[in-house]
Amino acid sequence: MEVYDVAVIGGGIVGCAIARELMRYSLRVILLEKEIEVGFGVSKANSGIIHGGHHSSPDTLKGKLEWEGNQLWDALRDDLDFGFKRIGEITIALSEEQIPTLQQIKAQGEQKGVPGLELWETEQILKAEPHLSPNIVAGLYAPTTGVVNPYEACFALIDNARLNGLEISTKNPVLGLDYREDVWQINAQKGVIYSRFVINAAGLFADQIAEMAGVGNFKIYPRKGEEYLLDKRLNGYIQRVIFPCPTPVSKGILVIPTYDGTLMVGPTAEQVEDKEDLTTTAAGGQRVFEAVMQYAPGISPRDCIAEFAGLRPVADGEDFIIEPSSRPGFIQVAGIQSPGLTAAPAIALLVLEILQDSGLALIPKDDFIAKNPPVIRFASLSRTEHMTLTQEHPSYGRIVCRCEGITEGEILAAIARGAATLDGIKFRTRAGMGRCQGGFCTGRCLELLSRELGCPIPALTKRGGESWIVRAREEVLNR
Amino acid sequence: MNTYGNRPLETAYDVVVVGGGPAGMAAALGAKKQGAERILIVDREKEAGGILLQCIHPGFGLQHFKEELTGPEYAQRFLGQVLAADIQVAKDTYVLDIDGQRRVTLMSGETGMQQVQTKAAVLAMGARERTRGAIRTPGRRPAGVLTAGLAQKFVNLMGYLPGKRAVILGSGDIGLIMARRLTLEGVEVVGVFEIMPYANGLNRNIVQCLQDFDIPLHLSTTVVDIQGRDRLEKVTVAPVDSHFVPDLTRSWDIDCDTLLLSIGLIPENELSRQLNLRLDPVTQGPVVNSRMESSQDGVFVCGNVVHIHDLVDFVSAESSLTGEYAGLYATGQQLPRDNIRLIPGENVAYCVPHTISSDREHTVYLRVRKPLEKSVLRLGEVYEKPLRYVFPAEMVNLKVRPRFLHQFHGDALKIDVLPGE
Ligand SMILES: Cc1cc2nc3c(=O)[nH]c(=O)nc-3n(C[C@H](O)[C@H](O)[C@H](O)COP(=O)(O)OP(=O)(O)OC[C@H]3O[C@@H](n4cnc5c(N)ncnc54)[C@H](O)[C@@H]3O)c2cc1C
Repeated sequence: MEVYDVAVIGGGIVGCAIARELMRYSLRVILLEKEIEVGFGVSKANSGIIHGGHHSSPDTLKGKLEWEGNQLWDALRDDLDFGFKRIGEITIALSEEQIPTLQQIKAQGEQKGVPGLELWETEQILKAEPHLSPNIVAGLYAPTTGVVNPYEACFALIDNARLNGLEISTKNPVLGLDYREDVWQINAQKGVIYSRFVINAAGLFADQIAEMAGVGNFKIYPRKGEEYLLDKRLNGYIQRVIFPCPTPVSKGILVIPTYDGTLMVGPTAEQVEDKEDLTTTAAGGQRVFEAVMQYAPGISPRDCIAEFAGLRPVADGEDFIIEPSSRPGFIQVAGIQSPGLTAAPAIALLVLEILQDSGLALIPKDDFIAKNPPVIRFASLSRTEHMTLTQEHPSYGRIVCRCEGITEGEILAAIARGAATLDGIKFRTRAGMGRCQGGFCTGRCLELLSRELGCPIPALTKRGGESWIVRAREEVLNR
Repeated sequence: MNTYGNRPLETAYDVVVVGGGPAGMAAALGAKKQGAERILIVDREKEAGGILLQCIHPGFGLQHFKEELTGPEYAQRFLGQVLAADIQVAKDTYVLDIDGQRRVTLMSGETGMQQVQTKAAVLAMGARERTRGAIRTPGRRPAGVLTAGLAQKFVNLMGYLPGKRAVILGSGDIGLIMARRLTLEGVEVVGVFEIMPYANGLNRNIVQCLQDFDIPLHLSTTVVDIQGRDRLEKVTVAPVDSHFVPDLTRSWDIDCDTLLLSIGLIPENELSRQLNLRLDPVTQGPVVNSRMESSQDGVFVCGNVVHIHDLVDFVSAESSLTGEYAGLYATGQQLPRDNIRLIPGENVAYCVPHTISSDREHTVYLRVRKPLEKSVLRLGEVYEKPLRYVFPAEMVNLKVRPRFLHQFHGDALKIDVLPGE
């Protein structure tokens, strides 16, 4: 019987960050993911903000890990090569009554040690962001806020973890858990796995996993957020993340210049019943645009090119639950709602501490490879670099996605790194994310996936499961 | 680079045409006619012909060739003329950018990157389809929601079917054509749903693609919800009122695995934006003078890049003229400047070109905003003509002759399409 040291359940940003951190040590680790690729859960559909560190109270675990996590992103990006930059944020007040809230957030941030917080007057705000409304009375500027491509971060973490020996099993949901003779027996769809330690990082389904392990003392409630992406024409229109002044119930509707420059507006916050309810709604869209137009009047629903919804995994009590459970070796990492993305690198460090405290020996590996091989992104290279690259590798001379300028070479590299679906390609390379939303490049991406994976085109999917793209003629005619 | 004659690229050209569809090929031939010698057509696809290559249905060329051709046949006739005229074609080659000095940077998988200088450039990149984001249909994002053009590519070029049971949203021509194609292929087409009170495609397509196959067309009706976890499982449709607000109490569900969107085309203007060309907010294509020259000297535009045409025959006519002007420009022949601005007035969404000159005859293309049974088209105070039935899906063309303008001394003319008796 083969026994792993640690099994991580769930390949979201949290599971990926934990797995990568574990690979620094001489350990046998496996990550189990129910979807066809990692990062296809909550971590794919969110605002992508690395929060500045000042928005949440230092008295919560969330608030503490938000600021700790924030500070770890530069080093991660330098090692792993994914899209992350600090673009700063402004939290704005639309009335005098909101100014005390800004002052309170500033004080809270300063208490945590967040540097560079400044209260700005209207003039200074409009100088920095000329497209915001002159009705704004004040703002709190924070330079520490950043934006990240969250799915890219998941992929980069997992690529690095695999480089260092992580085993990963996708399309393999965990169905049951048993603890026998000091070892956890994990009944997964593809078979039984044994491990001394189990990390429950199953996002929205962490309550079910906890239940299976006999330690289900919390529930996860999905809280939906709808987000709307705007046409490239508006790139640069707003340059920092804009938050309205928060109310006790909500952070409000933001304008987010994503890492790639696309403006995004959202998210809504709505409690829903169904953990798969990823619907966007007419009412949600209306709410988002109405709210944003109050402080950025030039943005209109007409500019929308795509929309999506994500579900925040909210636990009872609203805080993160990161702790050893009452059964040995089973560790909960649950209720990782916003700012879970921001906090993920700090969550990983905390989990390693807990593992160590629970008796796992962490012996550093001297052959740990911290850096990922660089990923080529054609659109961000200079003309001279284009010249040499296309001479050496002709596949980089073939544009597949014209909206985003993505080459065949990049798509082949993404497939080599593990992309197995159209979404896998899209979220690794941006092919299909632009204005035409895949109208032009889908055919070519399917052909490349089919050729590289040796899989007939009708068997390929958008994102696994039943999400097939086309049918063979015979199949339709013989129905 | 991959050229039909397998010729390497020159370093300088008289005219470089971006896009090898019907617009680009006609423009290249036009330029040749006016004496341009070194002409290059660049196309990113493996074959020239553009979107026509996937339009395997007949209905092309009735005006231009006076016979009915399929899309590939129509394209082939032009390609034959292009090659016979010794016009160079670089296939599988992508124009990365054109700078203010008209230096064109090209890239291909075979030879990497190259730069060529051109005297005149013609942009003929065509259009792309509007997507789900543009109409913000609520619901989930399963596989199986795709544009009609992508479905056409799957079926006609790749040999696959998009699904088994399809609903079509929007009555644009590609959607109508695909309703027939899918039916012929054995896919069940439940119906075409159009939010407007009138169809958006050509009347002959309504008849030949829907009525002949008993496919219902539901006007003033739209899709209000899309459901399915992985693959599309169901859409909900509902009638809309005169302000396009759906009446959800009268909605109904349709089980289907495919939703085709045929909700309009938008000019493909990545390069135009890079070149900072002035764009018309209505057409979303460049503003042009009567020589189809953009706001930048020596950069000409034609075909669906400028505005969406209903028939390829119109594209060919407009583009051939564009090419002639590009050829004249490249060979250094001066033309008089335009002296009259055209202003879209009552019930006119846009007109192309945006300016004309009083010394020559011009064809002005325009689109109305609302359908009218009987109407009269007025060009300022100088000319009017009765029109029969007009509606937004059918482009109106107006010949403006120098004699209309003998008595006219202003610098702008408004075009109205008013109710007639
Ligand atoms: C709209 C929205 C906006 C947000 N914006 C931000 C933001 O700007 N900044 C920020 O910091 N945070 C943000 N968040 C929060 C952030 O996205 C989450 O905190 C974070 O992604 C959670 O990561 P996770 O790894 O815990 O969950 P997930 O990414 O969901 O990972 C859990 C994984 O477990 C897998 N799994 C589940 N059950 C099983 C099983 N039985 N067997 C095997 N695998 C299983 C799932 O498939 C999934 O891949 C936002 C969230 C939403 C919804």
